[in-house]
Amino acid sequence: MKARIFVTLKPGVLDPQGRAIHHALGGLGFDGVNDVRAGKLIELDVADGTSDADLDAMCRKLLANTVIENYRIEKAAA
Amino acid sequence: MKTAVIVFPGSNCDRDMAVALEAVTGRAPAMVWHGDSELPDGTGLIALPGGFSYGDYLRCGAISARSPIVKAVIEAAERGVPVLGVCNGFQVLTETGLLPGALMRNAGLNFVCRDVALTVENSQTAFTNGYQKGETITFPVAHHDGSYFADDATLDALEGEGRVAFRYAEPVNGAARGIAGIVNKAGNVLGMMPHPERRIESAHGGDDGRRLFEGLVAAIA
Repeated sequence: MKARIFVTLKPGVLDPQGRAIHHALGGLGFDGVNDVRAGKLIELDVADGTSDADLDAMCRKLLANTVIENYRIEKAAA
Repeated sequence: MKTAVIVFPGSNCDRDMAVALEAVTGRAPAMVWHGDSELPDGTGLIALPGGFSYGDYLRCGAISARSPIVKAVIEAAERGVPVLGVCNGFQVLTETGLLPGALMRNAGLNFVCRDVALTVENSQTAFTNGYQKGETITFPVAHHDGSYFADDATLDALEGEGRVAFRYAEPVNGAARGIAGIVNKAGNVLGMMPHPERRIESAHGGDDGRRLFEGLVAAIA
């Protein structure tokens, strides 16, 4: 089973990388961009029986730092 | 006094830290590898050095904070053993939860590598008793992810409890309230981005950092 973990900065946490991307998009002439936030996608290939609770624990214990980040888990059949 | 420096793959200030500790204690520290699960018996001070442990993969300090030896460091810290985390060591300490908050990418996105002026905010901690409150000192910084972040309630608590040890006296990295170093509630864990171990003798351009180590060793003894 594949699980995709989307890790994003919490609202209000300064994202200088997003700001730089935003600036670069403006430089390319894309003027309609209101805001950019950069995050990361972590793809896990896990045993089929892996429980939601285990996936959630992986996120809380390592994959996301919940002081600054939110996470969302998306499961997909292989 | 027996001291220990934790060495992770990618640590690069471990030897500077060892030199500083030996200079003030007269005894070389134990260099403890990240894969070990126990600290040497009688370790009275633990240092987490600067560097780029595990290549900063996932987040700075994230993998190190889950390494076998750090489990032992957390247990020792909870028993009251002093722990000094510098630069990457500070990042590791926040990732373990021993210190609140997180270290984020510098606001200007650039790696900052220069001497910076710091203000000693609290000279009553074991780590800062060698200084005067309000004193300005100079340490080098060398980091890409040093912008301290915590929510307002946490920042207020840190300030109210006197747990801000050092503050930048100039703009450096966008850190919340200019915070450069903090201690835990019990006062036995300090994390800071600037490098005191790179300022222990005149050949380093100054010895402001030496007083941190001397004061700490005096406080422990």
